[in-house]
Amino acid sequence: MSTSIHVELWQVAASLVLVALAIAISFWQRADLERDIAVATARSIVQLTLVGYAIKLIFEADTIWLVLALLAVMVFFGAITARHRAAKVPGSFGPLLIALALAGASTLGLVVALGIFDPTPRYLVPVGGMVIGNAMTASAVALNRLGDEMADARARIEATLALGATPREAAAPTVRRSLRSGMIALVDSTKTTGLIFFPGTMVGMLLAGASPTDAVRLQLILLYTLLGSVSISALVATALAYRNFFTPAAQLRELEEPPA
Amino acid sequence: MRLWCRWDHAAVLFELRGVGLDCGGRAVLESVTAGIPTGSTAIVGPSGAGKSTLLRLLNRLAEPDRGHIYYRGQPLDSYEPLALRREVSLVPQLPALLEGTVESNLRYAADLAGQPLDLDGTLRRAGLDPSFATRDVTKLSVGEQQRAMLARALAQRPAVLLLDEPTSALDHAARDTIEAALGELRRGADLSIVLVTHDPEQAQRLGDQVLRLP
Repeated sequence: MSTSIHVELWQVAASLVLVALAIAISFWQRADLERDIAVATARSIVQLTLVGYAIKLIFEADTIWLVLALLAVMVFFGAITARHRAAKVPGSFGPLLIALALAGASTLGLVVALGIFDPTPRYLVPVGGMVIGNAMTASAVALNRLGDEMADARARIEATLALGATPREAAAPTVRRSLRSGMIALVDSTKTTGLIFFPGTMVGMLLAGASPTDAVRLQLILLYTLLGSVSISALVATALAYRNFFTPAAQLRELEEPPA
Repeated sequence: MRLWCRWDHAAVLFELRGVGLDCGGRAVLESVTAGIPTGSTAIVGPSGAGKSTLLRLLNRLAEPDRGHIYYRGQPLDSYEPLALRREVSLVPQLPALLEGTVESNLRYAADLAGQPLDLDGTLRRAGLDPSFATRDVTKLSVGEQQRAMLARALAQRPAVLLLDEPTSALDHAARDTIEAALGELRRGADLSIVLVTHDPEQAQRLGDQVLRLP
């Protein structure tokens, strides 16, 4: 898989024509997204450039500790980002942090232990980024659903508690549906991969000149790794977060209404 | 505020001393001192008097902010909440059954309480024909769901049944069916009932004692 291509700055600059097109469409159709597109473009340039330099440094230093530090930072900011989607879940940061850390550590640990990837920055950084990013999306979606479902199912959950059920038993159907919604997007996209869209890794490798066979094999490995990471993160996040809706005496907490 | 029921030598089931609860900075229940004896007690009062809140306090679905509650002479918070709720079973105002059939709901409740399930007998006690066992709960009318909720609570063989406005959402015919079932249950010696209602006549019909919240 030792392929490489060189991309000139003017090529990147030329692709901004398509950003201009997007802004023009937004302006023409009054979609009111011009500012957002401009900000998104500026942020993508700054963020990716900084990350590019960081990765370059880490590749050159070639030490596992820098890789772990970078992954830890990704987990931390991933949990902060996901917390905004989980606004209705009290104390969601802790469960999200643990979910992302466990998902990242176990899936990366497994692919290294199975000999699929070497434990070098060249593999761990990009794969770790994908694993943690997808785990973040899955756990955010799962907890977002959990917050809505716990509010909707309040009467049923309390009626079940009134029978002497534990919080875990009373919340089980809700937790199950939340877990499912966190996982379903990747399961669905795995089903349609290659038919409806070409996943990013495969596209990148083909562009970089790799053989289609290699591109497909690496893409499959990554898809399965992501399935594992998404399942672990959604499971851990929901299994930890639902507890925050209950008191130690197995009562549903009175939650403050979010501002209307 | 001191509220004592008309009870003489009956054993005290619940005793409330200066019990109060706030919600959103407002007192939902202000310093209630009352005794609830065994048998059938109806709690009446206007909307917002804190009747439902009082019931939720009795099986520890909520904790009072002030005062103390005793159950059979022991502080309520000395009971393990889950065990207490299987013994003091609350049927909420609006039916909230689990997905599935009437039977699966009853079995769930009986299993939680570690009790054998007499399916037909329990359904009949709640005023439901045994043929309801296989019905999907989402296909039931509100009145039938309410009786299924009652049956589910009875499946746990509780010592005390807490009923929150059991007929408020029902028409007259459905109300009469539930009242008839409750009338039968009252005659059973092994079950005490604490029933919340806004209807003073229903309180007279179903309560051996009546407790008024202002």
